[in-house]
Amino acid sequence: MKRTLGAALGVLLAGSTVAPALAQEGELFLPLLTYRTGPFAGSGIPIADGMRDYLTMLNERDGGIGGAKIYIEECETGYNTQKGVECYDSLKGRDPLVVNPYSTGITLQLIPKASVDGIPVLSMAYGLSAAADGTVFPWVFNPPLSYWDGASAAIKYIGEQEGGLEGLKGKKIGYIFLDAGYGREPIPLLEDFAKEYGFTLTQYPVPFDTMQNQSSQWLNVRRDRPDYMIMWGWGAMNPTAVREAAKVRYPMEKFIGTWWSGGEDDARPAGGGAKGYKTMNFNGVGTDFPVIADITTHVYDKGLSKVSDKSRIGENLYNRGVMNSFLMAEAVRNAQAATGKTLVTPAEVRAGFEALDITAERLKEAGMEGFMKPLKLSCTDHAGQSDVYVQEWTGEAWQPASDWFSPMVEKVRPMLEKAAEEYVAANQPWPKREVPCAD
Amino acid sequence: MDILYRIVIDPFVQMVATPDFLIQVLWEGFVAGVLYALIALGFVLIFKASGVFNFAQGIMVVFAALSLVGFVEVGVPAPIAFVLCLGVMLVLAVGVERLVLRPLVNQPDIILFMATIGLTFFLIGLGELIFGGEPKTMVTEELFLPTGSSVWEPAGLGPDGAPGFILFQHLDVAAAAIALALVAALGFFFSKTRIGRALRAVADDHQAALSVGISLNQIWVIVWFAAGVVALFTGIMWGARSDVSFALEIIAFKALPVLILGGFTSIPGAIVGGLIIGIGEKLGEIYWGPLVGGGIESWLAYMIALVFLLFRPQGLFGERIIERI
Repeated sequence: MKRTLGAALGVLLAGSTVAPALAQEGELFLPLLTYRTGPFAGSGIPIADGMRDYLTMLNERDGGIGGAKIYIEECETGYNTQKGVECYDSLKGRDPLVVNPYSTGITLQLIPKASVDGIPVLSMAYGLSAAADGTVFPWVFNPPLSYWDGASAAIKYIGEQEGGLEGLKGKKIGYIFLDAGYGREPIPLLEDFAKEYGFTLTQYPVPFDTMQNQSSQWLNVRRDRPDYMIMWGWGAMNPTAVREAAKVRYPMEKFIGTWWSGGEDDARPAGGGAKGYKTMNFNGVGTDFPVIADITTHVYDKGLSKVSDKSRIGENLYNRGVMNSFLMAEAVRNAQAATGKTLVTPAEVRAGFEALDITAERLKEAGMEGFMKPLKLSCTDHAGQSDVYVQEWTGEAWQPASDWFSPMVEKVRPMLEKAAEEYVAANQPWPKREVPCAD
Repeated sequence: MDILYRIVIDPFVQMVATPDFLIQVLWEGFVAGVLYALIALGFVLIFKASGVFNFAQGIMVVFAALSLVGFVEVGVPAPIAFVLCLGVMLVLAVGVERLVLRPLVNQPDIILFMATIGLTFFLIGLGELIFGGEPKTMVTEELFLPTGSSVWEPAGLGPDGAPGFILFQHLDVAAAAIALALVAALGFFFSKTRIGRALRAVADDHQAALSVGISLNQIWVIVWFAAGVVALFTGIMWGARSDVSFALEIIAFKALPVLILGGFTSIPGAIVGGLIIGIGEKLGEIYWGPLVGGGIESWLAYMIALVFLLFRPQGLFGERIIERI
């Protein structure tokens, strides 16, 4: 009996160690760094599903991109920086056309590596804000806007509620954030803006191990009584913060999260208490887009999706994953168009990102009209500093609560360029851009 | 001089100026402390019986809470799902005893500790396989746990003599009451019943306990089941405050300073340690945290524990072990 069991276990183990199929000749290798496990899986799963399903849809509907199939491979990071770097190291020898770290911590580690290895890094609206400066960071892209753009948009929105930016004078704005590279990233801009516009910035860091126990932070909020709260939360921090805000009776209409704090699972657990909670956003929510219909037809209905339930297709973070893969696919298309080749190299895809010019017509053609704003990147501008809108939780779903509006581009861009210079000075020797920008 | 004032005088001035807020802070610290004690209790029970630090306690909390929500999701009424979860924890306890502990009898403690690390990864994998990684909402109302809140406005306790404002979440009140009742029940069970005495005998000396006819295997099943029950309650209470996901595992880290402070073998130590850590870290974060930019409560808990250890190295209620050469 024991022998039989041992043999069965051996067969199982042998089966589980069979290496996954690698990208074949003639395929475009687009790996995805994802996290479907661990404390941040709640945020990571819908994004991973959206990214994967869009690429799968291209394979099923169009036969890939430009006639070449896409080879999709996920590497599980658990939102752990060390594991993320290990994923990158295991992938870099296989010529990935682009790497998506999906963590600011991992992005910060990969920026110097990828710049030497010649692999484009797409950190879509996360990572190092200064990477928007393409003259310094030719291999890194953070469209449609950086965290600093986002923080400026939050301040602009709050200013509008107060009758203009001059209305911020004397106000108190609280900033609650995950005490990690991600949450700390916008602080320099917020501190600068506090001086410039005369508001007081009070900070409430949430360490990793107190994500689900934020009563101290929210007691401090209750004592300090900030006029507005901005949140840079992720994973389990988001629903806990929304619950705690409701608990201390903080007015929800004055609580604004970043775009990463706007998942359905972030607001839903607080029930009616979350009504009025707002977050910024830069992608459409819901299923009312032809691209989502195509995904449903060509991926979900064929049993090729990993989503746990059909109702999750169209959720905010799922759609953001779709947008992420759309940007990758467009960069590959640009590379194919520029070179005339079907199978392109990472360096050519890098140039493809710089050539991104997603117009309203192109969005319509891609079934994404109204899904995102037109986006144009360039050699110097790797972020696009695109528009955002504010959405509000109705108690059951997200609803737009503002028109699209631009971040404070003219203020933020010089700050980004200065930060890029400082980064280079602190990280010498920094590889120079091989082909200087003409624009 | 200013910094000295801000450290030594100002926090107490604030406490006196807004007593209602101080009461709120103490209440929140008390609730957190009781919940920390609940987590620490899971560790203490197993450590007492087997000398093993159960690394898997955190994931047991996740597994128990996910099982409960999982049963409800497939249509089982919540009270029945709760009973079924107790069954799951019993099956887990028997499985651990049969497959992990029994083959490792007489092995050094570190081997058993490593086995619990292995158990952690097994339960993570099994949990993700069965329930997926997506967060779920705790079935608070289905379990008849109260929601909503009550406000107490004591006269003259607010700033400048205004009426005070103290908020009590009904769920927090229930959590504190249930946790205290559970702790009392377990304390009674392990100190006054025959099984409890057997447990203490096993904790003192395995071989001596075996020689008087106590079944080591049975005791292990009982303590792992008790730790599983504690994990289920912990998962319900913490899950209701946030969501039910694998992030709940992190909560287990909060038990470490409590254990250092209270001692690894003392049930009263877990309770008193939990309360000291819970209230101490809240007072520290609220009144002294802003001096250094906040976010101090993670390490402050360990600082509090270490200060106590300077005076009582065995922990508040730990057994003093003197080994002479």
